[in-house]
Amino acid sequence: MSSELAQGTARFRAEREADWLRLEKIVDRVERRSVRALSDDDLFALPLLYRATLSSLSVARATSLDRALLDYLEALSLRAYFIVYGTRTDLLRRIGQFFATDWPAAVRGLWRETLASLALLVSGMLAGYLLVASDPSWFAAIMGPDEAVVRGPTASTAALQRILVHTGNQDGLSVFASFLFTHNAQVSLLAFALGFAFGVPTALLIAMNGCIAGALMQVYVAHGIGGQLGGWLAIHGTTELFSMVLAGAAGFHIGRRVAFPGESSRLAAAAEAGRTAATVMVGVVVMLSVAALLEGFGRQLITDSFARYAIGGFALLVWLLFFYIPREARRG
Amino acid sequence: MAEQVAASRYVAREASLRRRLLTPEGLDLGVVLADAGQRASAFMIDAVFIILALIALTLFVIFGLFGVVGVSRSTNGLSALAIIWLIGWFVLRNGYFIGFELRGRAATPGKRISGLRVIARDGGRLTADAVIARNLMREIEVFLPLSFLSARAAEGSADRWLNLLGFAWAAVFLFFPLFNKDRLRVGDLLAGTWVIRARPQTLAADLGATSDGAPPAYRFTDAQLDIYGEFELQTLERVLRENHQEALDTVTAAIVQRIGWAEPVADPRAFLAAFYRAQRPQLERRMLFGRRKADKTVR
Repeated sequence: MSSELAQGTARFRAEREADWLRLEKIVDRVERRSVRALSDDDLFALPLLYRATLSSLSVARATSLDRALLDYLEALSLRAYFIVYGTRTDLLRRIGQFFATDWPAAVRGLWRETLASLALLVSGMLAGYLLVASDPSWFAAIMGPDEAVVRGPTASTAALQRILVHTGNQDGLSVFASFLFTHNAQVSLLAFALGFAFGVPTALLIAMNGCIAGALMQVYVAHGIGGQLGGWLAIHGTTELFSMVLAGAAGFHIGRRVAFPGESSRLAAAAEAGRTAATVMVGVVVMLSVAALLEGFGRQLITDSFARYAIGGFALLVWLLFFYIPREARRG
Repeated sequence: MAEQVAASRYVAREASLRRRLLTPEGLDLGVVLADAGQRASAFMIDAVFIILALIALTLFVIFGLFGVVGVSRSTNGLSALAIIWLIGWFVLRNGYFIGFELRGRAATPGKRISGLRVIARDGGRLTADAVIARNLMREIEVFLPLSFLSARAAEGSADRWLNLLGFAWAAVFLFFPLFNKDRLRVGDLLAGTWVIRARPQTLAADLGATSDGAPPAYRFTDAQLDIYGEFELQTLERVLRENHQEALDTVTAAIVQRIGWAEPVADPRAFLAAFYRAQRPQLERRMLFGRRKADKTVR
């Protein structure tokens, strides 16, 4: 009786082994290259072999104690499962979909957090402005002592103005732009990630950035060249500050959903919030690279205040239209 | 006794890392989560790759462009190098993990070497936003603690305590995987992902198959074959496959004593193989009749 049974399991394996090995070969090739590397025959055979292997696994689990065989079938089924059910659209299509629907939809979904983030930034600006207005020594505290020497309250009007219209040599500009881009992008990624600590550090980061802008503005307004500074900031600032607001909003969204998951479980709420916020963050990096181009090239080439305001205002309008114009929801 | 405790602890640990993954066909594939050690070693390997790539990038910028291509020492050439380095480092830092995990294998080189991959917790497709979310959170899991550490080294004692507090706070994110049963990083939690073991296996020979029709050299009685259960059988299978002489001798001695084998055993490997071949059909028959014997403590 025992030997009959042994023959049974041996036959079970002998009858199916060829299918498993063929599936393994196909899976190997797909993992190493892509589904496109398969011949038509293999492509059609893949789902059939996958199901055959699943059924082998289920029979083996009920009848065999050969651990090596069970492990092999489990690992093979799992690898094939991800190929059969993990189909993904091609990259270009995905990028198109990101710009056409995913990104604006994610931004629209975060409108409450966006308003909160904006309010924080604006109150940070006000605080910075009022603090420096009441006591100029605040400037050094907010911006750091080195900055205070260059463009602090004690600097001359002429020196301050020179920073705004300085065109410099054309070569240093793009380095400056790429440095600013990587720096700003890293800071906003940090603002997003810190949202996980219930959004508190994110709020501090946003308010602090507002504070810096406010303090700078006060110095220039006090010297009577606030309008020029406005143009200097506006050309790229509308885009940059907007992306900062959105990064803060993404952080707050995570913090809010982790703290108050509502109907769903905390884990599910966190996962959902994380994915929406991540989509926004990819967009934030895109916006920051646009801002860096405006800052590094646009600002240095265009020194007229009016033109700077016009470009900044136009950029803001484009972003607002892009994000908030209602559009038909994508089906499927 | 100690062996038994260690063995049961091993079994319990493996079972605690097993999760359901139901395919649309209705079969539970039973994925096994990667433990904290595997995750850490995979990350270390990736970190080494990233550092090597950074060094390569820097050398490329310094020598490759400077010397070979012959970029002149003008500010023009220098700024081009600076831009390449800045953008390159940014892309490397943020793109390495995302880029590799978006590919079919859903694993960075470090994970691939450690035999791991990323999957969606609900068993569905691993989407791009999930991969991006789980990797952007590295900002607070890796770079934030690092920045506190480096700041502490650079500055004086005035800020030391502040930095220490900062590091302790950042360490909460760093050691997050150790404090939940799914070994989730903060990033996994926010992306809805798991990291599982997915090492490709090769099909090993069946130890239960008799090579020829010759009668077995060792014959066991039903009473002797009733002593051990499935756990012991599969442990024996592992010992046979690994084929270390010392382990073979130890296990042979244990079995000889336990089943009361009177005759001398000349070749431990042949003895154990015969015992395995006799034992497995016995247990598989019990299995078919629905009377499974998980281990030797089950009657």
